[in-house]
Amino acid sequence: MSSVSSPYISPSASVNRMMLNVIMALVPGTLAYIWYFGYGLIINLIVAISCALLFETSILLLRKRPLKPYLSDYSAIVTAWLFALCIPMHSPWWLIVTGIGFAMIAGKHLYGGLGFNPFNPAMVGYVVILISFPKDMTTWFLPMQVSSGSLSFIDSLYFTLGLLEPQQWDALTSATPLDQYKTGLGMNLMISEIRQSPVFGDFAGVGWEWIANWWFLGGVFLLYSKTIRWHIPFAVISGMLLISLIFYVVDPDSVASPGFHLFSGGMMLGAFFIATDPVTAATTTRGRLLYGFMIGALVIIIRRWGGYPDGVAFAVLLANMAVPLIDYYTQPRVFGVNPPEDH
Amino acid sequence: MLVLIAVLTLSFIAGSFGLILGYAAIRFRVEGNPIVDQVDAILPQTQCGQCGFAGCRPYAEAIANGEAPINQCPPGGDATIVALDDLLDVEVLSLNAEHGEHNEVPLVAFIDEMNCIGCTLCIQACPVDAILGSAKHMHTIIADECTGCELCLPPCPVDCIDMIPVKQTLADWKWSPPETLSGQTSS
Amino acid sequence: MSTNPSVFRFHGGLHLDGRKTESLTRPLQHASLPSELIIRVSQHIGEPNIAAVKVGDYVSRGQLLAESSELVSAPVHAPTSGTISAIEERPVAHPSGKSALCFILIPDGKDTRYEYDQGWCNTHDLQPSDLLRLIRAAGIVGLGGATFPTEAKLTRANQQKINTLIINGAECEPYITCDDILMQTHAAEVIRGVQLLQTILQPQQTLIGIEDNKPLAIKAMQQALQQSALPHTSIKSIPTLYPSGGEKQLIKLLTGHEVHSTQLSFEIGVFCQNVGTCFAITEAVDHCQPLTSRIVTVTGPGVKNPGNWVTRLGTPVSHLIELAGGYSVQQPKLVMGGPMMGLNLSSDQIPVVKATNTILVLDHLDQPTAQECVRCGQCAEVCPAQLLPQQLYWYSKTRQFELAEQYHLFDCIECGCCAAVCPSHIPLVQHYRFAKSEIWEQRRKTYNADRSRKRHEFREARLLKQKQQDEEKRRLKREALAAKAAEQQKAQAADSSATPTIDAVQAALDRVKARKKAQLVEPKNTSNLTPDQQRQIDEANSRRKNINQDKS
Repeated sequence: MSSVSSPYISPSASVNRMMLNVIMALVPGTLAYIWYFGYGLIINLIVAISCALLFETSILLLRKRPLKPYLSDYSAIVTAWLFALCIPMHSPWWLIVTGIGFAMIAGKHLYGGLGFNPFNPAMVGYVVILISFPKDMTTWFLPMQVSSGSLSFIDSLYFTLGLLEPQQWDALTSATPLDQYKTGLGMNLMISEIRQSPVFGDFAGVGWEWIANWWFLGGVFLLYSKTIRWHIPFAVISGMLLISLIFYVVDPDSVASPGFHLFSGGMMLGAFFIATDPVTAATTTRGRLLYGFMIGALVIIIRRWGGYPDGVAFAVLLANMAVPLIDYYTQPRVFGVNPPEDH
Repeated sequence: MLVLIAVLTLSFIAGSFGLILGYAAIRFRVEGNPIVDQVDAILPQTQCGQCGFAGCRPYAEAIANGEAPINQCPPGGDATIVALDDLLDVEVLSLNAEHGEHNEVPLVAFIDEMNCIGCTLCIQACPVDAILGSAKHMHTIIADECTGCELCLPPCPVDCIDMIPVKQTLADWKWSPPETLSGQTSS
Repeated sequence: MSTNPSVFRFHGGLHLDGRKTESLTRPLQHASLPSELIIRVSQHIGEPNIAAVKVGDYVSRGQLLAESSELVSAPVHAPTSGTISAIEERPVAHPSGKSALCFILIPDGKDTRYEYDQGWCNTHDLQPSDLLRLIRAAGIVGLGGATFPTEAKLTRANQQKINTLIINGAECEPYITCDDILMQTHAAEVIRGVQLLQTILQPQQTLIGIEDNKPLAIKAMQQALQQSALPHTSIKSIPTLYPSGGEKQLIKLLTGHEVHSTQLSFEIGVFCQNVGTCFAITEAVDHCQPLTSRIVTVTGPGVKNPGNWVTRLGTPVSHLIELAGGYSVQQPKLVMGGPMMGLNLSSDQIPVVKATNTILVLDHLDQPTAQECVRCGQCAEVCPAQLLPQQLYWYSKTRQFELAEQYHLFDCIECGCCAAVCPSHIPLVQHYRFAKSEIWEQRRKTYNADRSRKRHEFREARLLKQKQQDEEKRRLKREALAAKAAEQQKAQAADSSATPTIDAVQAALDRVKARKKAQLVEPKNTSNLTPDQQRQIDEANSRRKNINQDKS
């Protein structure tokens, strides 16, 4: 005869609540993104979210699992949202579908679904299409405030659906600030020369720096609502600041300032939203500090010496690989085993 | 010339390692086959003979020598097969039904004292000496020592031995595993 | 003697909603006698008791009902006077819902007390050995919920030097208030119990730990302590945090020492006892009253008038709920104990036992579907044993029990903090309990298998020895015969006129033949039978036939 064991209280926390909090925290940054870069993101979001839900439903049906509990934990929506934020604002539909397909199927469900995947699904999807479709993944647009024009909603929609050919876009597209840094340093330009470009704003890229601020505020909300703990964001940012500071102090002209690194690319988003994904991060407290530090350091290293302008996705995936080892070696001391007073 | 040096170097390395291995094989030789002890430690020690061997130790020796498959022990059931597979890294097979069924509920023998004639045939048959008695005196099963092998049932001329299930007490009760989302229990 | 707050902390823990005010609005009451008392024969951890009375006996309050001669056991006494109407299996408080042997006592309403002999109790100049004898005879067990026989615990502890005696007045679980109200109303008796424990253990210091959500209890205990002027004794208020009442956690809070994972508390010189047990000791020593009643809190959203009752052991839960005004929900869920560590009760006919501190009546809980673990790590943050509950969960789930043991599964105190914070609503404690019971069963099986192997090997050796002895005997006989034959031949050769050996053998053979023939004489009693004898023979034959028929 089976009996349900204590405790007999209903926990106030739930996975659904956690995911909803993440989505709420993403909204301000998303709105800022749209403010600066136009409606492309909305279309990307719609396509990405619907694809994610579609893929998840079909896999669940294939695996003969009940749909409601799995779909209602909103994790597919969060993955799709993060993915949409990583790709260029005007992307063709097949790019999104491929990326989300890899993210949901190869990145999540082939491992057993939520809780079992070792790699961050959004990052898996992003990296796959980054490497497979380099041209489309490097077609970034200038912020509307700086460029000479922008795509209207209809144009954006048609482009995504493949009905609009990219023409006269040279005036609209540009390398991202990080991209400019990379190519500039490769051409042995000084930092001050690189920064003359109009894409740079007060302390980082125009538009990007303010979006990063909103990610930071979203992160603070997540900390306040206890959806995430402070260890990973703190460790990511300190790791990043420490490594870039060392190189900046040694040779200020070869590496961008720590402040720039903090507010550009996916750093803020990564620190608060991507690296904190509980399923793929380390689980022990000390392990999380080590994990975050590793991500922060790797991002700077990849940005400076790696082949891609932004290293957040790769850094996160590399750290995911190290998680089992980190967890094993950072186990906390158990109560009563080797107490400190014994020494 | 170079080729000669390469050949000589490799031969020298191979030769020295061979000598080391040979010395180790003699110096650190292990008496007996430790695998047999490890297999015997996994078997349930019912000594019933259902596997076709005369007790658990002969079956363990046969498994260690590769002469017998690991799925012939009904009292051990699937748990024993999995444990043996873990140890020996052979294929996991399902229990060979020809050797008997696995009993979920453990059984012990019980002598009906009204009918016992004191012939000692069951005492001679019991592989763990779990029957108390002597000639022309009442026989009784020591329930704590009985392994449920049922070897005492055939020899009894008055058929006075039955197998009864062991009484489950509060001390033996186990928690059942909680159900998971996939609707299966973790068993 | 003011209260000084404790300075040490333990890792983790949860701030829970206390829910204690509901049951404290009413003063302590005495529960009336029900129509039938169901007294479980064994109410302790350890060897089971054997009944000392039979069905039909009349017993008085405090009379011995059952006891065991084993070291770790505690006798059970009649909670009131009446007749034993039955000794049978009844459902008891156990997670399996199974039954156990119980005395069924029908009270006669007179509540006459059993008169113990002079010298059983209340003697002056009590030596520690007298106190121990009395505590055992009174059936006192740990009333914090563990029910370990107090005398056995004290005897074992006394083999070591105890330097700190800790009195547990923490009561950290929500809803429970029985210790709180005991301290408020009977602080003097509790302090007297502490004094008796001090007589036995002679500790260097005594610390009474009370959570700071019980200001009235702290005040009452302080006053009683001041009046008693016990030396080296102080009351320490501890912050309200679940599970600060757990023995290891309380020891850490009050002394800063951690009891080692494989140790018991007295191995570091600490002895811990609940305030309820102290009160029971005073009752036994000063009032000659064995343990026959205890304070039970009846509370929860499912009863109309929560409160505390002094209840006789054996009272069915239904009687207490009646006293508390009855159910206020349609589908009540009964729990013995608190919401974090309590036991699910399958019916309200289950009786109160020594371990019952609370009857919690909750509204029917819809068990939420457990989702997959998302590795959020909240469980590890709140675990007071500093374990990694997520690891224990993964290994229990996949039945990798050796790995679960390596991650210190048996250090888990099953407090429920991890399951209370899990966002995936995984029943973590049930997983650990399942894993522990599987491991125990495996250990039992291995132990039994080892015994069987030894017995089998011994038997094989015995048979081999027997065979060898038989062979040895035969060999010796053969040699003796051969020697004899050789001798005879020599004698024959020396004396040719002696009778040939062959003739001697032949004569012996003839003798044997004649004897055998004599034995083959017909038995004299098979003919000319009397009718009576014939009838007896027929009856015996038919009996034999019947037995053979039954067998087939």
